Amino acid sequence: MSNSIASRLPLAAWLRDYGMLLVLLLLIGLFSWLTLKPQAPVGGEAGRMVANSILQQHGATARVLVVGRDTAEDREFTTAAATVLQAAGTTIYGQVNGSVSDARFALEQVVSTGLQLDAIAANDVTAKWNIYDRFPEVGSAKCVTPQTYLWPDFLKLSNLLGVANQTSIYALIAIGMTMVIITGGIDLSVGSLLALASVLTALVIRDWGGGAGASSAFVALGIAVALLVCGGFGAFHGLLITVGQVPPFVVTLGTMLTARGLARWLSAGRSIPELPATFLWLGGGKTLGIPHPILLMAGLYLAAHWLMSRTVFGRYVYALGGNPEAARLSGVPNQLVLTIVYTICGLLAGLGGVILASQLGAGDPKFGNMYELEVIAAAVVGGTSLRGGQGKIFGTLIGAFIIAVIGNGMNLLGLDPDLQLVVLGGVLTLAVLFDALARRQAN
Amino acid sequence: MVTATREADTARQPLDQPLLSLRGLSKSFPGVQALNSVDLDLRRGEVIALLGANGAGKSTLIKLLGGAYPPDSGSIRIDGATVQLDSPAASSRAGLAIIYQELNLVPQLNAWENVFLGQEKSWGPTQKGREREVTSQLLQQLGQTFSIDRPCRELALAQQQVVEIAKSLARKARILILDEPTAMLTPREVERLLSLVRQLKQQGIGIIYVTHRLEEVEQLADSVVVLRDGRRVAAAPAGSWSRAELIEQMVGRPVTVEYPRVEKQIGAVRLEVDQIARPPRIQATSLNIRRGEILGLTGLVGSGRTELARLLFGADRATSGSIKLDGKSLRIRSPREAIDAGICLLTEDRKHQGLVLGASVLDNFSLPNLRHLSTAGIVQRRTEREHFRTLTDRLRIRLPGISNPVSQLSGGNQQKVVLAKWLERNAEVLIFDEPTRGIDVGAKHELYLLLGDLARQGKSILMISSDLPEVLGLADRILVMRNGRLAGELPDPRASTQEQIMQLAVA
Repeated sequence: MSNSIASRLPLAAWLRDYGMLLVLLLLIGLFSWLTLKPQAPVGGEAGRMVANSILQQHGATARVLVVGRDTAEDREFTTAAATVLQAAGTTIYGQVNGSVSDARFALEQVVSTGLQLDAIAANDVTAKWNIYDRFPEVGSAKCVTPQTYLWPDFLKLSNLLGVANQTSIYALIAIGMTMVIITGGIDLSVGSLLALASVLTALVIRDWGGGAGASSAFVALGIAVALLVCGGFGAFHGLLITVGQVPPFVVTLGTMLTARGLARWLSAGRSIPELPATFLWLGGGKTLGIPHPILLMAGLYLAAHWLMSRTVFGRYVYALGGNPEAARLSGVPNQLVLTIVYTICGLLAGLGGVILASQLGAGDPKFGNMYELEVIAAAVVGGTSLRGGQGKIFGTLIGAFIIAVIGNGMNLLGLDPDLQLVVLGGVLTLAVLFDALARRQAN
Repeated sequence: MVTATREADTARQPLDQPLLSLRGLSKSFPGVQALNSVDLDLRRGEVIALLGANGAGKSTLIKLLGGAYPPDSGSIRIDGATVQLDSPAASSRAGLAIIYQELNLVPQLNAWENVFLGQEKSWGPTQKGREREVTSQLLQQLGQTFSIDRPCRELALAQQQVVEIAKSLARKARILILDEPTAMLTPREVERLLSLVRQLKQQGIGIIYVTHRLEEVEQLADSVVVLRDGRRVAAAPAGSWSRAELIEQMVGRPVTVEYPRVEKQIGAVRLEVDQIARPPRIQATSLNIRRGEILGLTGLVGSGRTELARLLFGADRATSGSIKLDGKSLRIRSPREAIDAGICLLTEDRKHQGLVLGASVLDNFSLPNLRHLSTAGIVQRRTEREHFRTLTDRLRIRLPGISNPVSQLSGGNQQKVVLAKWLERNAEVLIFDEPTRGIDVGAKHELYLLLGDLARQGKSILMISSDLPEVLGLADRILVMRNGRLAGELPDPRASTQEQIMQLAVA
């Protein structure tokens, strides 16, 4: 083996496994550039900025009115502005947190009492209210707003967290799908199992635990039932595929229909929103400012990466996907390994259903429509080969984010949602084509 | 019938011109010269029996004629015109038809659909009437009476063969190559096939008949061509050699290869196999292997050697019989159980059964050994690497990197990775199926030393090989298989000859 090949290989192998990371970074760069816009600061920071620029322009003797809406963000804004201004010793005629008419009322009072106003501390929204020019003594020119800055809409923390939050459910199901595809199989049932899990959890909580007033014990029971059923379906897939010798496509196609039908029948086709706050906190809450689904996704990806790269089980999965006969002749218990893999996939689909129900506040038989395809797409775009034996867990995470970023970026740019499907389809096709070309080159 | 000689060719009348003429045909694969400057002339209505031991180059020659791959050098002429057989379609257009052992019929289609597959006049409506008529005419001509409307999978193997022949006749084939056509047939079916071949010969079709069965050669062939190590070593009219002489031509003079003999103790019986069977491929077979013994197992390809090994290893399940190791009965239902019991199998087909080609060298090494290279299911990567390093040093494996895909290694080094993965197990019974196939002389010698070394350590070794000098040189005892049974035993290989083996194998 020549040196040049040997030295080229680590990079080639890395590119093969994680080359899609570059694509993801390029996409992030592209959408950041396309959504670059002047941004107004908000909240306390904006308040302090406005207060300071008023002090600069008018000095500590300034007479000021502070105007904000009646939102949490704007209350932070007005409070911060007022605090800074008061500390400097300025005169504050009023601090409004309300609607346009509240602001006008405040202005009328100031004007009618003949007071002179030097500045209005406003933010980017309240400064645009068309009331200031109605008072000749005031005028909109007196509005002082926070300095804007250039920043992409795409890269705003709220947007990024939103993207990650929406992606987390696809991404965590895609872990199981990746394992299944590495064994050379496929699982079409995940979308339906997700719906079934959401319905089962909600039903147990509503019918046994009493709906919105249900105790944590019934929340836990609901989740357990959903996971048990979905894991059971997965194990059943594994047995049919190994012992029954039925192709994975057919087995899981059957469940795709069965589970969807069960979800509809059990829920009578309706959404089940009677859920307690403890349950909603699981998928809707935040810890350390990060939404729970994102934390869950991150934890599961780390665990799955470790499982696939460091454990005997992971080695067996790759080996039997690469060459089932060689694996069997090396003593790999192919049937057991396959059954576990499909069980994991079913379990994760169930978990996705529980989290989605909690996120959206209802169990619903319509959840998860076409999820199986998006999840397969995430795995494939992430470099997992449908021929089996090849694929990386973190590749799938990257794949899921590529799909999510394309969707989100096009949303921000105001592109037709239907067009997003067209682009996604194109991306998937190209990914499979590259996979085929890379294979041909390797042989 | 006269044997062709090169000088006479050019001067002949067009009518006497050979139908098929091969000159200096060569083909090599990495590490092997599969065909070395082979000449052959086939006339209209002539049957040439093509003989040779396993690996002599028969299959390569057939595949060249079938357009599977091009020759490295040499020419193929049909009716005096040079042809390029660069695809199976080109081969078929040139009038060649090859009936492989593995038939090329679509099992769900019936006889006439198979006969006309790919030869239909248009992509539109099928011409059922015409196709049925032509097919039944052809079959009638061949003296066959079975229904042409039944799916081919319902036909007997011999009938399927006839459909293949009809298919080639429908394509106006003038040269028919039959690759061991009688290997899977019953004696009655063989009789009918032979008379069918005679009939085709009457029609002026030139036939190359590949076989191991010398009695068929005597009954059928006009001339005999023997290949050995890729060379044509003999060509003569049929009947000018006795069976013994033919066998001698096939195996050749003893090659002078050093087979290291190690001083060792052959001890008590370790592996006892009693009446193990899996019909139809393996009939009840008993054997035993002693401590420190290298038991050679040979026979023709398809005689059941590999199948027997797979039964011992649990890769296929035996329908009856028992296996004991050191007097203890074993229940072997899967390779995993065989491995746990201390039996391992180095398969003949490295690429499809021995290695996960896309996986790294290290992963392949570890695969059967993960349970003792791990703690609580977590692979101990340092231990794994250390153990592998020990074996790469011992086996002198040259690697670009242990994380590289094993597919990048040469055949010899791939074989060593397979060896490493099984030596790590320290198994008591090692079954080697064609361990030296496709590896170079140096690697072979290292392997011979290793086998001796293992035997000296008290391991029991079953070595399957088609390389007769190798078996004679290495084994302490030789078993010969034929048609799924043990045909005989040679208790003292050093006092035995290749001819003795071939007589048992061919009989």
